Amino acid sequence: MSSPKKNEKQTVIQDVLEKPSSRRSFLKGASIAMAAGSAALATGCMATGDTTTSEEMKLRWQEYFKKHYRLMTAEEKKETVKRLERLAKIQNDLDVQIGTDPPIENVLYGYAFNISRCEGFMECVAACVKENNLDRKTNTQYIRIFEMEPGKLDPSTGDGQFYHKVPVENKFYMGVQCFHCENAPCIKACPTKATWREPDGIVVVDYNWCIGCRYCQAACPYFGRRFNWSQGEVPKEELTTKQHYLGNRRRPKGKMEKCTFCIQRTRKGRLPACVEACPTGSRVFGNLLDPESEIRFVLEHKKVFRMKENIGTEPKFWYFID
Amino acid sequence: MNAVPHKNLKSFLTDAVRWNLRGGIAFQIFRIFLLFGMGFGIYAYSFQARFGLSVTGMNDIVSWGLYISNFTFLVGVAAAAVMLILPAYMFHDPGFHRVVIIGEGVAVGALVMCLSFIAVDLGGPLQAWHLIPGIGLFNFPSSILAWDVLVLNGYLLLNGLVPAYILYSHYMGRKADERKYRPFVFLSIFWAFSIHMVTAFLYQGLPARPFWNNPLMGPRFLASAFAAGPALIALILAIIHSTTDYKIDRKVFRKLRLIITISAIVNLIMLFSEIFKEFYFPTHHSSSAVYLFFGMDGHNSLVPWIWTSVIINLLATLVIAFNPGKDNPKVLLPACGFLFIAVWMEKGIGLIVPGLIPSPLGEVVDYLPTWVELGVTLGILCLGITVVTWLIRTALIIEQRYEGAD
Ligand code: SF4
Ligand code: SF4
Repeated sequence: MSSPKKNEKQTVIQDVLEKPSSRRSFLKGASIAMAAGSAALATGCMATGDTTTSEEMKLRWQEYFKKHYRLMTAEEKKETVKRLERLAKIQNDLDVQIGTDPPIENVLYGYAFNISRCEGFMECVAACVKENNLDRKTNTQYIRIFEMEPGKLDPSTGDGQFYHKVPVENKFYMGVQCFHCENAPCIKACPTKATWREPDGIVVVDYNWCIGCRYCQAACPYFGRRFNWSQGEVPKEELTTKQHYLGNRRRPKGKMEKCTFCIQRTRKGRLPACVEACPTGSRVFGNLLDPESEIRFVLEHKKVFRMKENIGTEPKFWYFID
Repeated sequence: MNAVPHKNLKSFLTDAVRWNLRGGIAFQIFRIFLLFGMGFGIYAYSFQARFGLSVTGMNDIVSWGLYISNFTFLVGVAAAAVMLILPAYMFHDPGFHRVVIIGEGVAVGALVMCLSFIAVDLGGPLQAWHLIPGIGLFNFPSSILAWDVLVLNGYLLLNGLVPAYILYSHYMGRKADERKYRPFVFLSIFWAFSIHMVTAFLYQGLPARPFWNNPLMGPRFLASAFAAGPALIALILAIIHSTTDYKIDRKVFRKLRLIITISAIVNLIMLFSEIFKEFYFPTHHSSSAVYLFFGMDGHNSLVPWIWTSVIINLLATLVIAFNPGKDNPKVLLPACGFLFIAVWMEKGIGLIVPGLIPSPLGEVVDYLPTWVELGVTLGILCLGITVVTWLIRTALIIEQRYEGAD
């Protein structure tokens, strides 16, 4: 019984090794001695409990040695997406579609938040959790809403954990998330270039390239980043299956993640889930390069400000007052 | 002469292993304890490998904890070897020349611990090859962490290879050619400062963290390292002096005391300057310091920690400076031990954790390491001590034979 299985594994490794590929083939050769051990470790770390098939082993192995997203050719992107979709099917019997939509020409995203309108309902938070497949176990949230005293504009003076009926008389509400800084400290800090700003202004993380050092988290002045301290869990029936490679796809444990302005939606011309969900219309999102856009209207006609302007990170997120 | 024909690199290595397996009963027990510690570390780490960093006490607010704290402190210990290298090679101090190899052994052990602490802190240790220049993608020169990877590994190489070359020459019964290793010694002196400064810049460069974003960070790191590191080396020298027949000149201890005193006093002056800045007119940039020294919103787990550290630091510095026992080792050595612990408390947990609290959005939580973190830390400390004892034992045997042959 055991010998055919062994043979299977052998062919998998051969298969992987003989496949012509890039400069990474050197590494494959060098590491073949450790292959048995580390493959067991690598797969063991991600194991979902059921037995690992040889196909799954092979896919994981190829995933392990894949390149940084930005260095992949279109062909390689297609392959990794196929592998990830197949893995989702094998491991969790899920049919997901992972896109790699590139940035749209002549688009630079910007966001504005109306602090005089928001009433603290947190619909945006719920929509974001759902859309982005955020971990339910640890209750991860990209968006935080702070209840603020009048006269204060710094969320560190507000209450980020209120559990009472809103709105409260004489309080106002301020939403905080990753601000997609133009001059982002998190990008500068990352030792592996696993996080970067796309041409449309979205700051993204390559979940597979990140090594989980959390330096970017220490560097972010806005608490914009979340770490996968363990493997995230999402109930199968609540999973958003329309995904983007840089967006809401399943994040491995030990990797950084963050708000991506719902890259899987916005690159298809839709609005981020939080904007769509907001019942008061406090959230405005759009193309900063389009003079007709609502965001440009807000920036030109309202009293706008940005948080911690003094650090010079140039967030692409503005607060405004009606 | 006494160059035995069949001595070569292979016998050098096997001899080193052989010497290290021998030893008295106490030494063997010590070794078994270290092995046990390392085994426990691996066991604790297995939980982290399976469940991720969620088994530690860290979270999105306090995203660095015990591991990075120890890493930061030990970089200082590694850098402090320069306080022996400098007098030995630059000023040709014969007493230091005899002990410099011990300092280098300590540096190697400390670096091994530093790199291990970084490795266990990674969420994706299997992806660490992404950091290897050429194969991975290195964010150089922009990321200070990338710099740190380079300087730490470079320093490990320098501190491993120069002593290895000298020892090997002595093992072969010949004099080491100074022209060959001298440039590397100078490089390593410069490098020692750089590992510490770069590690300080790791924190100093973050505008998001006002507690760290402070120009005194680098210099103060150096001052505390040059106090704690030589204090540790003095302790190790004392142990060697009393348990082996490799005797160490009293003058060496006296000079070490001088180095420790000056560094510890400079360190205290800078601490005072920092405290003055934070508390004379507290702004909201002082909130981390307030949290650290006085607690905030009922969270005060670090308050006893930091005050203990400051008080021990002060007392130990006074004892070492005023020398009440008149060079009595029974007074000075415990003081060195206490100084070391005080700096460890302050430059480790006392520096890293409050930098992250309160969060940039003002949230205050307390951090407490879990048993997994403590276990892994114990394992790495045992690993480091093992490395140090192996290196020093080999070095001492070779040096003694070489000196005897002279
Ligand atoms: S808000 Fe933080 S995570 Fe987002 S881009 Fe700016 S620095 Fe990076
Ligand atoms: S945690 Fe990941 S994204 Fe963040 S700095 Fe480290 S490698 Fe880069």
